[in-house]
Amino acid sequence: MSLAGLTIGRGRESLRVIGHVAVHVFKESVRDRVLYNLVVFAVLLIGASYVIGQLTAGQDVKIIKDLGLAATSAFGLFIAVFLGIGLVSKEVDRRSIYSLLAKPLTRGEFILGKYAGLVLTLAVNLAVMAVAQYAVLGYMAWTESPEFRASWEAPATDPALLKALFLIFVQLSLITAVALFFSTFSSPLLSAALTVGLYVVGHFNADLRNFEAVVDSPIVGGLARSLYYVLPNLAPFDVKNAVVHAQPVPLGYLGLTTLYGATYVAVFVLASIFVFSRRDFK
Amino acid sequence: MTRPSESVFAIRTEGLTKDFSIGFWRRRPHRVLDQLTLAVEPGEIFGFLGPNGAGKTTTIKLLMQLIFPTSGRAEILGQPVGSVGVRRRVGYLPETPYFYDNLTAEELLTYFAKLFGYDSTDRRRRVERILDAVGIGVERRHLLRRFSKGMLQRVGIAQALLNDPEVVFLDEPMSGLDPIGRREIRELILGLRQQGRTVFLSSHILADAESMCSQVAILVGGRLAKVGPLGDILSFDRGWELVVADLPAAARSALGARAQQVTEIGPGRYVFELGASDPDPFVRACVSGGGRVVSLNPLHESLEDLFVRLVEVEVERERAQADGDAGRAAEASES
Repeated sequence: MSLAGLTIGRGRESLRVIGHVAVHVFKESVRDRVLYNLVVFAVLLIGASYVIGQLTAGQDVKIIKDLGLAATSAFGLFIAVFLGIGLVSKEVDRRSIYSLLAKPLTRGEFILGKYAGLVLTLAVNLAVMAVAQYAVLGYMAWTESPEFRASWEAPATDPALLKALFLIFVQLSLITAVALFFSTFSSPLLSAALTVGLYVVGHFNADLRNFEAVVDSPIVGGLARSLYYVLPNLAPFDVKNAVVHAQPVPLGYLGLTTLYGATYVAVFVLASIFVFSRRDFK
Repeated sequence: MTRPSESVFAIRTEGLTKDFSIGFWRRRPHRVLDQLTLAVEPGEIFGFLGPNGAGKTTTIKLLMQLIFPTSGRAEILGQPVGSVGVRRRVGYLPETPYFYDNLTAEELLTYFAKLFGYDSTDRRRRVERILDAVGIGVERRHLLRRFSKGMLQRVGIAQALLNDPEVVFLDEPMSGLDPIGRREIRELILGLRQQGRTVFLSSHILADAESMCSQVAILVGGRLAKVGPLGDILSFDRGWELVVADLPAAARSALGARAQQVTEIGPGRYVFELGASDPDPFVRACVSGGGRVVSLNPLHESLEDLFVRLVEVEVERERAQADGDAGRAAEASES
């Protein structure tokens, strides 16, 4: 039985092959100098947030948390887009895909393995950035007096930061799936432009719903509303402000948002398999 | 081509056709492979020849299902191409192969071996053996981005043979190799035949095909121009070459008029090129004239001659077709 090029009947064999492709992608990615540079730069920026925090009066922990999460989100986006768009197109351009697809794996397994490998790379990089952020915050808490620490809305090394980091990870996994989808049929540059475009639109998705109120044309209004329902809304993934200001982020919200993200991931990955399975490699 | 019905062809294509779309605004189909019907017996080295752009790589890509046919069908070992089961039994070297920059040759082959599902002991054994066979020594632990074109070609051949395939597709295997490398790879390919494997060898180096292949197919302009055993498809009707020694000058003058061409290759030593008719009377005349016959060989068409002739025929056919199309277009516009 085959679904969009993925042979379902292979069961455990499919999982084994997908795992090997994923580990290969991870191995290739972590040896990429560009990735190293991005991660080092992100960690430096998180470190620099300590200095910036010192310039503010009484808001230093919030600033560090805010800047740290923003840097993690921005550099995570760079990594997701940069690696995601090259995932398939690089293999096709350099023709390394010819030898690979002659091996016993389906095109669906190839796409799933590539995606899983990239998500693994993303997870490891986000973990490195999270450790850097907690290290800065831990140092901050260690150097401040107990009285001063008591004035903070939330402790410096607040575990709730992990909730924000987790949703950043889910959001970036979704962006990776989008980048993967575009890279199955377009050039790296166009894929990057489309992915970043969708990321931006995703963050202003709520505005599309109310677009009818500000435009006269019912067609444009209807189109904007359709896009609102079709395109992923990325705003729910951003809980940075809530976490920084010690507002609660319920686990139920976390679960539902993850499910929402996972649904879009499934749609984009299946669409990638569908397109990729029919593609000619000239 | 007749064969026992119970056995299976290593490779079989029936009316395999591929059109690519060309043009930016007005997309139109461009036929790169036209109704290719081929059958390759198991255990032979099958030469797939043709000039650049003839459709050789397109055919191999169709057989590897890297591209999909417009029409027609193809089988490998009796199974439809593209199935995972077939890929387990097949090896493929793409033209000018390229791999992952950040992996070593050893890591690349280990990765591919994992996809075949070999256990760790088997993987290690296979990777070491095949890298030794293609002549990659300590470089196996260097990153592939540091490899020369010839070294990458060797890695490409190694990955194609990693699974001891029953059928191997080699697209220009000698490309980028130095003379020593070419000889080593030629011996490797001949060794595959001795092991009973089928080799589908695409090349534009005719000397390689002539020295290795039992059967050849010549593709010109996307069409199959000739197929069969080398001995059958090369024409043997170009006459004879007679080498004579100790021939007196007077006899040489008399005999020269009866030969198509005479070349002096030493004192009293001549090469006579004769026509396709019976050479016996000429040989007797040489002997009676005082000469000594050194050798008599039939002159046959070389693969290169045949190749050039077929390409010329195709060019002529295309020109005639283009003229015909232009004529019809002119008639249509007049009417």
